Amino acid sequence: MPEPILNIDRLDAYYGDFQALYGVEMTVQEGEVLAIIGSNGAGKSTLLRSISGLMDNDADQIRYRSEPIGRLRADQIAKKGIALVPEGRQLFPSLSVEENLVIGGQVGRKGPWSLDKVFKLFPVLEERRSVASTSLSGGQQQMVAISRALMSNPDLILFDEISLGLAPVIIKSIYDALPGIVGEGMSAVIVEQDITKALSVSSRVYCLQEGRVSLTGLSDAVSREEISRAYFGVEQ
Amino acid sequence: MDWLNALIQGILLGGLYALFAAGLSLIFGVMRLVNIAHGDLIVLAAYMGLTTTIVLGVHPFVAMLLVIPAMALFGYVLQRGILNQTLGDDLLPPLLVTFGLSVIIQNALLEVYTADPQKMDAGALETASVSVGGLSLGILPLMTFGIAVVIIAGLQFIFYRTALGRAFRAVSDNQDIAQLMGLNRRHVFGLAMALALAVTAIAGILLGIRTSFDPSIGGGRLIFGFEAVIIGGLGNLWGTLAGGVILGAAQTLGAKIDPGWQLLAGHIVFLFILAIRPNGLFPRISG
Amino acid sequence: MTTSQYSVSRSSNAARMATVFGVIALIILIAAPYWAGRADMRLMSELFLYLALASLWNLMAGYAGLVSVGQQAYVGFGGYMLFAATIFLGLHPMAAVAAAALLGALIAVPVALLIFRLRGAYFAIGTWVMAEVFRLSFSQISALGGGSGTSLPVGIVRSIAASRQSREAISYWLALGAAIIVVLAVYLFLRSRRGLALTAIRDNELAAQSLGIDIWRTKFLVYIVTAALTAMTGALIFLQKLRISPDAAFSVNDWTAFVIFIVVIGGIGTVEGPIIGTLIFFALRETLADLGTIYLMVLGAVAIIVMLKAPKGLWGLIRDRFDLQLFPLGYRVKKDDKEGT
Repeated sequence: MPEPILNIDRLDAYYGDFQALYGVEMTVQEGEVLAIIGSNGAGKSTLLRSISGLMDNDADQIRYRSEPIGRLRADQIAKKGIALVPEGRQLFPSLSVEENLVIGGQVGRKGPWSLDKVFKLFPVLEERRSVASTSLSGGQQQMVAISRALMSNPDLILFDEISLGLAPVIIKSIYDALPGIVGEGMSAVIVEQDITKALSVSSRVYCLQEGRVSLTGLSDAVSREEISRAYFGVEQ
Repeated sequence: MDWLNALIQGILLGGLYALFAAGLSLIFGVMRLVNIAHGDLIVLAAYMGLTTTIVLGVHPFVAMLLVIPAMALFGYVLQRGILNQTLGDDLLPPLLVTFGLSVIIQNALLEVYTADPQKMDAGALETASVSVGGLSLGILPLMTFGIAVVIIAGLQFIFYRTALGRAFRAVSDNQDIAQLMGLNRRHVFGLAMALALAVTAIAGILLGIRTSFDPSIGGGRLIFGFEAVIIGGLGNLWGTLAGGVILGAAQTLGAKIDPGWQLLAGHIVFLFILAIRPNGLFPRISG
Repeated sequence: MTTSQYSVSRSSNAARMATVFGVIALIILIAAPYWAGRADMRLMSELFLYLALASLWNLMAGYAGLVSVGQQAYVGFGGYMLFAATIFLGLHPMAAVAAAALLGALIAVPVALLIFRLRGAYFAIGTWVMAEVFRLSFSQISALGGGSGTSLPVGIVRSIAASRQSREAISYWLALGAAIIVVLAVYLFLRSRRGLALTAIRDNELAAQSLGIDIWRTKFLVYIVTAALTAMTGALIFLQKLRISPDAAFSVNDWTAFVIFIVVIGGIGTVEGPIIGTLIFFALRETLADLGTIYLMVLGAVAIIVMLKAPKGLWGLIRDRFDLQLFPLGYRVKKDDKEGT
């Protein structure tokens, strides 16, 4: 097996006195799409925040291309090639659509993604490039959030609940764009509430329950029963 | 004619107040920090200008070329060394730390320069004037106002047209997400403070040419800048200029009624605007 | 058979001991005119009045989240009201002190209505503007000496007591009384329902709001009461000095900067902090005051370091280390082992 792009080793995470993650172990292989599922409060977002440097961890708990990055700040990690599409989109309201995209590219990494390429992926953004990001619809904002992450030309992209609060038709169009994104050789981690969606786009799946990994497996091999047991922690 | 003259003097004085306010407004906009030591930093810049003119024997405007980078560097170091540690949800630390800083700067200036009033010598410029429609306008007040307009236009350009300004706005909107874009907020805050103190350096030297100054006047300058910010509306740089002009005009017109009323008239106009338009005259239209 | 029972109480051994020591210390302090020299009594009076100012500022900033750098407005206002009420209305100085408190509360109402429109740090500078307005306004009143100020007429001073010795004793007792009233008022207020609400607001404004606590009214009340007691303290300060001028009455350094340093160094948001801070401040002042400006720079630096490294001040450090609380505000759960219940 080749060396994983990301290796998480016995990761604990805390919010003050509250422990959100307990000894999480996880690997992401080069070029794969990994799904993380779990109920609200299972620690999915905390895991992504830890990887992207928004939470402080021990250096060795997170290794990216064999390099310990647990202690690095988010901006340092972004420069190394990990990008996060945060939950709730979180565009910069004071910046126009185009500025939101350009600031993503400011990380200064070379690669296939540029303003032109992003506009080809989501043509509607080109039409609305100079408007305030807050005047976009929810789906369009999500396109900006994804594009903003792509503009940094990451090697590993993390998606946090990208379908949350969007109409099904919008979700479909965003997921339809996904193969075009990860087809560029990027690795991806997708946190998703919609289990069917998560399994259909990923090769492997991790389930979190109360801060612990409760299930891992190949996305097309795990059974419904296994998932509901891992998801809710009870025999059904 | 006297009244018109007072009004115009006041408007021109407003340019200086706008410069006091611009630095205050900038750092509040970027990092929600209200710097109680801002006035003392203006006075510090005036003294740095004074020392430069005396030691090197140069004109105050030449001294500016040295004082601006020195103050900017001081701002960056101050922000990264001390002020960054105070930023968070709690209001008290930044307020009390900058208050402590204010006392330190004020007393350090007293120690070095004593309490005697000082003034910078700008030579013939100080008395030069032009006659416009029967009014005699001083070249120096006109220049001060012109500089204020140029500086505010420049800040506006930096804020809305450059990568640095984009970084300022992004960090101001959401610090965490800005970090994800590869921006180190501590560095960005340092740059914002550097820029604010560069403007402060210009304001301090213009102040030192215009009037005599001593280490105790910082608090008053902070208040003028603050009043201009609130009158103009938070987060609006051009509004800040308008706020400065209104304050300056109120002061000179007040002084025309009775010299004791100069400062009081300014405060009363400020309180009046606070009472009828608590968000200032030109609040920022949020997108 | 042994069962464990838990009892809840506010009190602790340390608090009970502090009460005993406090009462003894108080008796000694009340007797000071019979054992202390004039200079010592003057110093102690000043200390008590600073303690009052510090406790009041701490109530506003440390509990109500109202950080003011303009409390000199009320110190000066109280002082001027003492002079005005005795000179123009012929009130007895004691009555004038009470009047100053009342008028302080009255003037604080419109002031609060205006400056409560400013948020957070801008509120702080707004309070400073108000203090400047007060200073400039009193400079305009020529009957009170305008910009150069005035002295309390001899006749009024004599009306406190005939001999200088008893005047000094009364003045000392007034200062001590003011400190006790203020510290007790702050303590009892914090124990009351409204006080608990205040602590709830400080700890989480959103949660407090959802509990139906009217934040604005609670803060408003704190501001008015603080203004009244600060004006009273100001009247007593200038009853000691017997002379007033706008610059002395509305000095930001004397009545706000020092007070902030006292509270920050002692421990903001604790009842004990201002007491410790006042003692340290006076100890430092009496030993280092000769250094002048250097002393003030050191004070500023110490305050910055404390704010950054130990934001709960000296008392916070002591409390965390020894689990002490001299003025019990919180409840503690105690386990009692009892035989055969």
